[in-house]
Amino acid sequence: MLSIRNLSVSIGGKPIIKKLSLEVREGEVHAIMGPNGSGKSTLASVIAGRDRFDVDEGEIEYMGQNLFKMPAEMRAREGIFLGFQYPVEIPGVSMANFMRTAINEKRKYLGLDPLSGAEFLKLMEEKKKIVDIQSKLTKRSVNEGFSGGEKKKNEIFQMALLEPRLAILDETDSGLDIDALKVVANGVNKLRRKDNATVVITHYQRLLDYIIPDFVHVLFDGKIIKSGGKELAYELEEKGYEWVKKEAASNQ
Amino acid sequence: MADKNDKLLKEVGSSDYKYGFYTDIEMDQAPRGLTEDTIRFISAKKNEPEFMLEFRLRAFRHWKTLKEPEWAHVEYPPIDYQDLIYYSAPRKKPKYESLDEVDPELLETFEKLGIPLEEQKMLAGVAVDAVMDSVSVGSTFKETLAEHGIIFCSFSEALQKHPDLIKKYMGTVIPYTDNFFSALNSAVFSDGSFVYIPRGVRCPLELSTYFRINAANTGQFERTLIVAEEGSYVSYMEGCTAPIRDENQLHAAIVEIIAHKDAEVKYSTVQNWWPGDKQGKGGVYNFVSKRGICEGENSRISWTQVETGSAITWKYPSLILKGDNSSGEFYSVAVTNNRQQADTGTKMIHLGKNTRSTIISKGISGGESNNSYRGLVKTSKNAVNSRNFSQCDSLLLGDMCGAHTFPYLDVGNKSSIVEHEATTSKISEDQLFYCLQRGIDMEGAIGLIVNGYAKEVLSKLPMEFAVEAQKLLSISLEGSVG
Repeated sequence: MLSIRNLSVSIGGKPIIKKLSLEVREGEVHAIMGPNGSGKSTLASVIAGRDRFDVDEGEIEYMGQNLFKMPAEMRAREGIFLGFQYPVEIPGVSMANFMRTAINEKRKYLGLDPLSGAEFLKLMEEKKKIVDIQSKLTKRSVNEGFSGGEKKKNEIFQMALLEPRLAILDETDSGLDIDALKVVANGVNKLRRKDNATVVITHYQRLLDYIIPDFVHVLFDGKIIKSGGKELAYELEEKGYEWVKKEAASNQ
Repeated sequence: MADKNDKLLKEVGSSDYKYGFYTDIEMDQAPRGLTEDTIRFISAKKNEPEFMLEFRLRAFRHWKTLKEPEWAHVEYPPIDYQDLIYYSAPRKKPKYESLDEVDPELLETFEKLGIPLEEQKMLAGVAVDAVMDSVSVGSTFKETLAEHGIIFCSFSEALQKHPDLIKKYMGTVIPYTDNFFSALNSAVFSDGSFVYIPRGVRCPLELSTYFRINAANTGQFERTLIVAEEGSYVSYMEGCTAPIRDENQLHAAIVEIIAHKDAEVKYSTVQNWWPGDKQGKGGVYNFVSKRGICEGENSRISWTQVETGSAITWKYPSLILKGDNSSGEFYSVAVTNNRQQADTGTKMIHLGKNTRSTIISKGISGGESNNSYRGLVKTSKNAVNSRNFSQCDSLLLGDMCGAHTFPYLDVGNKSSIVEHEATTSKISEDQLFYCLQRGIDMEGAIGLIVNGYAKEVLSKLPMEFAVEAQKLLSISLEGSVG
């Protein structure tokens, strides 16, 4: 589904991602872990199509297409979803209006008729249950005045509505208490299917108690320095990143 | 009444003769240029009473002594006032009994503009007095309004049927001596609307008028007069669109509102005239004078405007709060894109005790446009305990556009409280990317964000207008971010 090959990315001449390769197939859940500043969020942004980065080399193929030839909104309509680490506020635009616009843009792209107001409301009620989101939240402006937990839940709620093929969740667990964490993880698990894939970017092993990954990758200084199964996450939790860093250094 | 009309017609006829001026009744346009003869032509064309002609001539003579104002933050080539046509009428103008009799071509044009008269009559419950190229072509719901004693008709009709009311109120809020463009309008105004709400009557319908500029190179000079008697209420809406034009079109309207004791008038407008092409060629010059007076105690007037069109907008819907405890509001969204220029705002003149005013202005600029807010809040010595709150926000959609705020505060007594808040922000890349990432394209994203930004003002518009205005904002900003 997603093939990243030899990718190098910089911002303002400063290299951030260095010759990174990653393969994500349908039905898989990948976890990308790593200390602050290792390039995790940059990787997520580049996949989603943020244009403030310079891609110096390498390629990303998504569903057989060259991702760099698709503008951000096309990537979204083709099923790439980014759960933001810091969801922005859009004052005056209701959540409902925002999501209805998003869904109908996608449907138009796919050659489907737009959802009517009633159909959309029905869909929204259905999806609200997945993340246990309160009714009044969808009437409020996008993320405006939402608590940290509400913002993150709201990201998963949007994901539920858009039913992406590839979801990238950028530090969705940061700032969440354990109850909210469970709700978010539970939402992700409910949305998991054989034909979609999820990339969970996280700092801590904590989230991986609830979302069980098939693969864990350690990102450090713009490179994946170690990959393994879910047990790698526990090892990291126990021994810390220093252990992997040393191992990587000795391998070189 | 009929006798009176006949008498007026005779008067007009004889005055034509007196000045040695002959009206070619088949002629639908005034000759190019502006002289006393042009004014007599217009007045005669419209069978106006003598006092009207005299008013026009006085205004014209005064106008000739004035110079075009240059203080606004706008630039445009000099206008040759002698190269304009000051009156043009659609072919013939019979009194229609029903819409069936209206020229199908005219109806088709309205249709294209998205103003289905028929549907509006049937569905919206809105009485529509559609003004096309200066002459009223259709009026509806007259009967319902008549039952309440409400007068809602074209200005020309009002001059024939209610000359006393016109004579009493016209020019009392904006005298022709007020400014260059009000003098010009007073001399040559073509038509407009007249609204009269009798004492204690709450107007059961939203009153609306659609204006449109049609004939090429014809100045449009509308004149609206709204009088709300003691304890009455009316909500009046005005909206307009214009087709693509090569040459600049001058528009200098006047709107006067008078609210007596305990009366309330809500005036809403959506203005979408041809703004010119991307290079700024063509487009309407909109130099408008709008002012209301809260004459009586506890009276209230609100202006709500959504300005998206015109090459140049020069417009300051203002209020004189004369009656004690009267209040005024100004809610505005002004959008400029490409090379549009807008200098708009309001004046709140507090004269009475305990008078209150609120100003919410939202400027949005994109492309290489310039958007200025200019406002005056003045409280007189007698306006004790008066209050004003002003909020002026500017949103920039690029780095080639400009936003300016010129607030003037003049506080004449110690008990008044005047507050002014202003913000300038740029549409954020994070907001745009958030929308893009959800599959909404750039134009859609800007539309959403801008509508959200302007919501506070849009929510003041009557429902059907609000929907139209939202679409308009999105359309107006196409291509505004590089």
